[in-house]
Amino acid sequence: MVFAGLDFTAHAGRMLVLRGPNGAGKTSLLRLIAGLADPAGGTLAVEEPSLPADALLGEHVHFIAHQDAIKLHLSVAENLNFWSSFFGGGDVTGAMTAMNLAALAEFQAQRLSAGQKRRLGLARLALVEKPVWLLDEPTVGLDTASQALLADMMTRHLDGGGIIIASTHIDLPVKSSDVLDFATLGERAG
Amino acid sequence: MYWILPRLANGPVEMMPAFKSVVARDFTLAIRQGGSIGTAIGFFLTVIVLLPLGLGPDQQLLQRIAPGALWIALLLSVLLSADRLYQTDHDDGSLEIMALSSTPLEVVVLAKASVHWLTSGLPLAIAAPVFGFLLNLDTALIVPLGIAMVTGSVALSLLASLGAAITVGLRQGGLLVSLLVLPLYVPVMIFGVLASSGAQSGIDNSATALIILVAIVLAALVVTPFASAAALRSYMR
Repeated sequence: MVFAGLDFTAHAGRMLVLRGPNGAGKTSLLRLIAGLADPAGGTLAVEEPSLPADALLGEHVHFIAHQDAIKLHLSVAENLNFWSSFFGGGDVTGAMTAMNLAALAEFQAQRLSAGQKRRLGLARLALVEKPVWLLDEPTVGLDTASQALLADMMTRHLDGGGIIIASTHIDLPVKSSDVLDFATLGERAG
Repeated sequence: MYWILPRLANGPVEMMPAFKSVVARDFTLAIRQGGSIGTAIGFFLTVIVLLPLGLGPDQQLLQRIAPGALWIALLLSVLLSADRLYQTDHDDGSLEIMALSSTPLEVVVLAKASVHWLTSGLPLAIAAPVFGFLLNLDTALIVPLGIAMVTGSVALSLLASLGAAITVGLRQGGLLVSLLVLPLYVPVMIFGVLASSGAQSGIDNSATALIILVAIVLAALVVTPFASAAALRSYMR
């Protein structure tokens, strides 16, 4: 078991920040919420009248994991076009603008730097609207300018009534955030 | 067949764009990387060129074994490119993002198996009768062999995708894919060779064999997407 005794609520229009040492289970928790893993015990409930209480968030979630889910042999624009058509339509130009990728549109992803690849991965957030964002260390590899772009994007999402659950070590300039600190958990097993 | 209908009723309109986008992306990647098509055809050619050299210049013998030898080469070449089918999507996180969408993973599996067929099974099935000249293939068998191979290779790709899905999380899954898929390839192989051999062994059973081959393809088409998707889901959990 990675963690036990977690109790939290993520509110619409607010960000929930997960904090804790490496291995505390932040990624595991995000995967649980996304429905990519099953909890050993406990419940996750969606308080949304239009959805059944036991609904899996799955398709309503943007999940930014450690991997960027980009194809190195496709260009920046082709990568975003693929996800856009896979999700049934999205704003490719808007997504490139949001993460300042427009100038790199025709570059093959393998020629991008680590930070630029991360920006391409994050551009998916602006591509298609989904109510819940699960961000796992979204700022890794980003310079300060790109972190500001990300913070802008997150603020717009929260202002629109979205939910963000993010694990991050640095303080993003995003208002209205709650903190869930894994270090204060009563019971922990390796 | 009725049990898959509720799923399709949810929105065939929504699933087609996702299917097409995965096919288009994987096809572009296969062409750009060039590796899978080149490896498959190169391996196929190697087997076919080496076989007559190893067996000696007995033209009668070569003609007799030609359909079987071409099928073995096809089978091994398809298997060679199989273990990478889901590997990159699994490693770069694309598979998880695809799983987190309204598109069922079965559709993704079907799209990826289609591209695998388009880039390995189909080109080999078309090239096989040409390579057949190296084995003194009976000219009367060129058309039946082509038809049987184009049909049978669909099942080969679908079964390969199942093997690849089951071993996607393993670093060195290649051996396991071969061991898992080989028994499933046996019926395809038997009826494929029978459908391509005409009256070579006495009685002409090729029409019957071709019908059974088509039945195997249809069964694989129904079963493998669900089995592969279930395997992929269990890896993500």
